[in-house]
Amino acid sequence: MGFFRKKKKYVPITPLRTEEMKQRHAQIPDDLASACPGCHEIIFKSMIGQDYLCPKCDYHLQFPARERVDWLMDEGTFREWDQEITAANPLEFPGYDEKINKGQRLTGMNEAVLTGQGELEGLPFAIGVMDSRFIMASMGTVVGEKLTRLFERATELDLPVVLYIASGGARMQEGILSLMQMAKVTQAVSRHSQAGLLYCPVLTHPTTGGVTASFAMQGDITLAEPAAIVGFAGKRVIEQTIKSELPADFQKAETVLENGFIDRIVSRKKQHQGLHFLLQVHQKERTVE
Amino acid sequence: MKAYETVQKARDIHRLSTIEMINALCTGFVELHGDRAMKDEKSIVGGVGLINKTDPITIIGIQKGRNTEENIRRNFGSSGPAGYRKAIRLMKQAEKFNRPVLTLINTAGANATPESEEYGIGEAIATALTTMSELTVPTLAIILGEGGSGGAIALALSDEVWMLENSIYSILSPEGFASILWKDSRLASDAAEMMKLTASELLELDVIDRVIPEAEMSNEELAAYLVPEIVTALANLKTVDANTRLAKRYDRFRKY
Ligand SMILES: [Zn+2]
Repeated sequence: MGFFRKKKKYVPITPLRTEEMKQRHAQIPDDLASACPGCHEIIFKSMIGQDYLCPKCDYHLQFPARERVDWLMDEGTFREWDQEITAANPLEFPGYDEKINKGQRLTGMNEAVLTGQGELEGLPFAIGVMDSRFIMASMGTVVGEKLTRLFERATELDLPVVLYIASGGARMQEGILSLMQMAKVTQAVSRHSQAGLLYCPVLTHPTTGGVTASFAMQGDITLAEPAAIVGFAGKRVIEQTIKSELPADFQKAETVLENGFIDRIVSRKKQHQGLHFLLQVHQKERTVE
Repeated sequence: MKAYETVQKARDIHRLSTIEMINALCTGFVELHGDRAMKDEKSIVGGVGLINKTDPITIIGIQKGRNTEENIRRNFGSSGPAGYRKAIRLMKQAEKFNRPVLTLINTAGANATPESEEYGIGEAIATALTTMSELTVPTLAIILGEGGSGGAIALALSDEVWMLENSIYSILSPEGFASILWKDSRLASDAAEMMKLTASELLELDVIDRVIPEAEMSNEELAAYLVPEIVTALANLKTVDANTRLAKRYDRFRKY
């Protein structure tokens, strides 16, 4: 299998749109435009390709989870897990139910993470993708539960895990139960690890708080997308503590790589190839062709 | 505003401290220093001791200062990565020598500074959690004062988690919660009411296993009260074989 060969459908220039993609874009009003955080140029939604890169500067824009799965995995191989669980409101936090509903409408997901299994150029793996449009992909009980089940099922099925992480941290609206998710997910990651299986987190923008302080930093091989913010405490919180401004590259993936906490920064254009190679290196004997 | 009164009691720097608890529990104790990578973090105290002159134990706890000088040295009980890495080192040492691990928690949260980020506070807490989840020796965590966020749970993935009656355990400070909810940190006491951060509420939520009554006891009396409780709990945990204990610990945190 040529793992440097790229599938046609991943060619990023003038992306081929499937009917589904056309429909999704059609749902977005034409006037919906935003400034690219990288080059500050105005980009219209219709200009954005399948890989959600800025057409002008290749900035890695927020990638909707379902579309990332479609983009990454071999067509027709993805099987979603646990799409039915939804959150309770344990603290009766005002407005929380509305926030969840809004997140669900916006993403078409039950919660801020999508999990399942599929293949990349024929190699099977379990996958999770967090979607920061859903309450900043903060970790409450459902996100924690879906991730725990992801690692537990991957352990049962003898599958490696690739987890695209983005998170504002713990979900404050669920209070202490959010904090407990750090312990819950950690345990499942640990069992998966002890079974000799690969866990490869891909840190995307932004990866912060209790997520950074748990499963984002528990991988065997930790990748990150360019310019993603990766940190524990919020930049503004730290600035308030030290009463001075922090440099622009503070907590940028490139800085965190230099500090020694990330293995590689991999742009979207190289993620298929990069992940396929790592899956191939770590595949179990049974999957050798 | 009862919950906020508890918050204030939990923050009192004259509460029962890690060092006082160690002195009450151990007939001998040697503090061990350093994370072997960066430095010795003074807000986390750890070492090896003997209970009743015979039973070895590893104790790791967060220590706040009682005056300005000590608070600066102890960084107000907020540890950076070196403290959590020292804790990890001492936990692995306890594992090697098959002795139980007692953790004592009193922190508003991990240290939020550029240095803390630069040296990977996230990774340090993440690895502390992994280490605690894999320890085969009995583990007990007691929240003495503040149990603030990731910096607290990093030392509390234990077989049992107890809280002192007037301690708190929360995802963030009530001030922080109020500023998220009402954009006004002065409403912290209202936030505290809502957050379920007191020991009794957390017992009800099944987040902790036990509340230790403080009554009107002095620190010495409270520590003396705790000694046999700790000894008994560790002895009970020791009677269970390691695999069963690990499975129980997994279930304990799996349920949330
Ligand atoms: Zn751009």
